[in-house]
Amino acid sequence: MSLDLEQIRRIARLARIAVSDAEAADTAASLSGVLGLIGEMQAVDTTGIEPMAHALDAQVSSAQRLREDKAVEPDRRTAYQASAPAVQDGLYLVPRVVE
Amino acid sequence: MLNASLSEMSAALESRKISSVELTQLFLGRIAKLNGELNAFITADAPRALKDAAAADARRATGQSGPLLGIPVAHKDIFCTEGIRTTCGSKMLADFVSPYDAHVISRFGAAGAVLLGKTNMDEFAMGSSNESSYFGAVKNPWRRSAVPGGSSGGSAAAVAARMAPAATGTDTGGSIRQPASFTGVCGVKPTYGVVSRYGMIAFASSLDQGGPMGKGAADLAALLNVMAGFDARDSTSLDRPPEDYARDLERPVAGLRIGLPREYFGDGVDADVAARVQDAIRWFEGQGAKTVEITLPNTKLAVPVYYVLAPAEASSNLSRFDGVRYGHRAAEYADLYEMYCKSRAEGFGAEVKRRILVGTYVLSHGYYDAYYLQAQKIRRLIAGDFSDAFAQCDVIMGPVAPTTAYEAGAMSGDPVKMYLGDIFTIPASLAGLPGMSIPCGFDSKGLPVGLQAIGNYFSEARLLNVAHQYQKATDWHIRVPDAFPL
Repeated sequence: MSLDLEQIRRIARLARIAVSDAEAADTAASLSGVLGLIGEMQAVDTTGIEPMAHALDAQVSSAQRLREDKAVEPDRRTAYQASAPAVQDGLYLVPRVVE
Repeated sequence: MLNASLSEMSAALESRKISSVELTQLFLGRIAKLNGELNAFITADAPRALKDAAAADARRATGQSGPLLGIPVAHKDIFCTEGIRTTCGSKMLADFVSPYDAHVISRFGAAGAVLLGKTNMDEFAMGSSNESSYFGAVKNPWRRSAVPGGSSGGSAAAVAARMAPAATGTDTGGSIRQPASFTGVCGVKPTYGVVSRYGMIAFASSLDQGGPMGKGAADLAALLNVMAGFDARDSTSLDRPPEDYARDLERPVAGLRIGLPREYFGDGVDADVAARVQDAIRWFEGQGAKTVEITLPNTKLAVPVYYVLAPAEASSNLSRFDGVRYGHRAAEYADLYEMYCKSRAEGFGAEVKRRILVGTYVLSHGYYDAYYLQAQKIRRLIAGDFSDAFAQCDVIMGPVAPTTAYEAGAMSGDPVKMYLGDIFTIPASLAGLPGMSIPCGFDSKGLPVGLQAIGNYFSEARLLNVAHQYQKATDWHIRVPDAFPL
């Protein structure tokens, strides 16, 4: 299984990672290697096997525990925004999206 | 005191032979002396450590005590620590200071342990050699040209060189067990769900599990007693009654049924590794344990399955690093889309990008059934192999890795070759089972070999028992590298 440069650009766009034309060829080669490894599982007959989404679904209920729909956390907005690259008036700043 | 067990350290603190401040200074001195060479720590915060130590001494002066009160512990830099930067080995988080502590950090704090520093790791825990850290590679104390393993390689090297009495690690596909094996220390990956993931930066959420690393199994039991336990803030944390993981340490191993999977002793395992593991198994037989040959027929599928599931989950988890709320933001961009793309391209290293792209591909439209769903189905077959095996045995033994520590750079050009080195640790991770690495000797180059013991769900106390009995008769776990004498 190998990927061409156009597929690499599409995946990189979906993942929001800039890949230069120079990097794209290397990326295609290394991703093709990984997909070759992954391809080994394609031949396995898994008819009738339930997918296993949770490591312990045979041991414990795989249903996610839900908490009560009630605000319990204190307001720590200032502390949380201290690590943001750009904030103003308690809001995160990003480039203008809507003109 | 540098090579003492945690219980010996605790006894010395309790009898006032040493204070926590003095003990902490001893390890801080060792870090100051050796870290330039080994690069095991990303951040060693001496003032904070000494403040914790003074607080522990004050608690003891008021009559309090506890197995970890005043004991210095190093933490993998994946655990968020309020007020001390948490980098996850990445440029993305090079300046990130968490506004809260991880659950594991809070538990150690409550137990009175001293936070010695934050250890180096593969970037976002993605790697098996500790060469992908933004903060530079970690060296193996047993041979500085060799890797320490990964991704918890900084914690492993710190314990191996006695820069810390104990450390925390995390294991997604072997990241506690393999570096423990490569550096001659002891480490346990608990059953999935036993240790809360709250504040532990996510890589692959259905696999990630924190665990302790230290010199011996008795130390790990004391550490796990603090780390384990229910936490409502992690939706996969298991609500079970607390256990004393040290309760079975002294149980004899006579009658223990040891399963030897034929897939773990075949071609591809170094002769020295196989020989040391077999020596250890013979010791158990000499104590009255019985061996039984078992089969884990889907072993060879574990690596391909893992390299679908882990990158898929990583691509989703790491989408949070967008340059908006925390982490690196590019200096120049024309619009929001370019800000995302450039911030992520600059902030992530090559291996992390590779895994995000693989994960994005396998989850993309039209491929989900062929990759992600197929991998989840085979994951069930792999878990089924283990449940069949545990009908015949109490513990499974084999090598942790097919080789001892390899030379730095040996695998870095070929990711698939490096991935295949995790063949014996990934299966237990996929099944959610506990596993540990126990030092069991050295190869002809003087590099440590690790014996892996895998147990059934929630059998951590039994694994620690088995390791402790072996360690009472052997001294592999208390040997110190010649280059770093005490």
